[in-house]
Amino acid sequence: MSNFGQHLTRGILHDNPVFRLVLGMCPTLAITVLAVNALGMGLSVIVVLVCSNVVISLLREVIPSKVRIPAYIIIIATFVTLVDMLLNAFSPDLHRALGIFIPLIVVNCIILGRAEAFARKHPVLPSLADGLAIGVGYTLTLLVLATIREVFGSGTFFGLSLFGESFQPMLLLASPPGAFITLGLLMAAFNYLYKKLEVSQKKRRSKQSAGDVTVPAVGTDVPKGG
Amino acid sequence: MMSKKFVVSSSPHLRSPDSIRSIMIDVLIALFPVVLMSVLLFGYRALITIILSALAAMATEALALRRGNFFGDGSAAVTGLLLALTLPVAPPWWLVIIGAVSAIVVGKLVYGGTGCNIFNPALVGRAILVISWGSHMAGDVWLCPEPYAFTADLVTSATPLATGQAPLLDLFLGTVPGALGETSALAILIGAFWLFYKGHICWRIPGSFIGVVFLLGLTQGGITAGLWHVLAGGVMLGAFFMATDMVTSPYTPAGKVIYGAGCGLITMVIRLFGNYPEGVTFAILLMNALTPLIDNYTVPKKFGEVKRNHA
Repeated sequence: MSNFGQHLTRGILHDNPVFRLVLGMCPTLAITVLAVNALGMGLSVIVVLVCSNVVISLLREVIPSKVRIPAYIIIIATFVTLVDMLLNAFSPDLHRALGIFIPLIVVNCIILGRAEAFARKHPVLPSLADGLAIGVGYTLTLLVLATIREVFGSGTFFGLSLFGESFQPMLLLASPPGAFITLGLLMAAFNYLYKKLEVSQKKRRSKQSAGDVTVPAVGTDVPKGG
Repeated sequence: MMSKKFVVSSSPHLRSPDSIRSIMIDVLIALFPVVLMSVLLFGYRALITIILSALAAMATEALALRRGNFFGDGSAAVTGLLLALTLPVAPPWWLVIIGAVSAIVVGKLVYGGTGCNIFNPALVGRAILVISWGSHMAGDVWLCPEPYAFTADLVTSATPLATGQAPLLDLFLGTVPGALGETSALAILIGAFWLFYKGHICWRIPGSFIGVVFLLGLTQGGITAGLWHVLAGGVMLGAFFMATDMVTSPYTPAGKVIYGAGCGLITMVIRLFGNYPEGVTFAILLMNALTPLIDNYTVPKKFGEVKRNHA
């Protein structure tokens, strides 16, 4: 299970889908107005990502490489449709709030990216762990972004009023430009802390004897963008 | 005669005694009449707003750069001052501080500090305030000035841009409701004259900016309307002190004219068709974004350069 821990730190730190891979920007910017939306979106992505990673990993010997992208899309779309219908049935409010961004998970670069970069080359269990780890990283990032935007942009946290009547929220943060500004500042802060962490890790590693070093699995080389 | 040795040095060979600090001090001097006029018109609370904004901006920069020298190169003081001049007379104290801090942090430091920013920092601060707390920044928050009476009992109303009512002479002198520094065209012209005299700004940006606003204003009812559009609102302050910011405006002569004309055009489009009564802030910010493109397309021909034949 220490293997899974490594996957998890990779999903949250080294391969953080928003801050490091810069994938899935559209829903990240659009639905992080409220923390509850971010949680709903993150959980939906976790479900779809884990399921599609598992199925694609199972079928990795079957799918011909030439038509793999359409095949992946069909697998992903199946799970997205399931999530879409489940949300509509059991949590209509959340479904209405997330709107078009649930169907759009089909073309979310994170999911296609993990299928292409990980699931098609690895067995089922690592693919499952990878999907879960990246999904958790994505959810945590959305939650941080949405918490900042909701607390200061609306004065609430998960719908609970925080500051009372006299508080005048910073409407900018609840609007699209605020999403870009907050994301940019957070990304800068994340990269600053990440570099510091990397430097301190390198120092620790160089202090150890050169023989028994276990290098943690650093990010797979996924093309950025999307 | 030739006893002195030749001095061999690398370029640049032309040096200017100007430094960022000296230019910023000149801008502060140029802003003095504007500040003085706003205090005369709006009373002591204008001074409190101005000082609060300038101090908050300087403190933010000194803190962020971990700099002992509070004044630094003076650019933070100018940013804070310019921001305050676009505010209503007595906004809540937290509004001023948030505006100044976000002007310095989001407007300047995130891009790498002085000289690296894409947008005019003071206007970034103002735009953030306008979008976030519109009720404090527009509508009936503008005090009707009671000239030379240091009183707090002033009546709020909308700016002439919203009401459409104000004699031209009042607009020129500044005895109309409006932001601290924008009402008095006279004070702005006196300050701008100092900047012209010191060679820090040239006529191209303010000239084309005001010219286009005047020309488009003509269509709204002749010369009176043209002058009215130039004098009312923030065109004068924006054209002389905001649009001419050296960092965020083009440096080619033709580029300056295009940039100024674009500012005037967008200002008038927002005024005549937009939701906001005033468009100077967003006009200048939008043209700031185009500045690198304008510079790229208006590189002047080098002396002696021959046009290449595309054969």
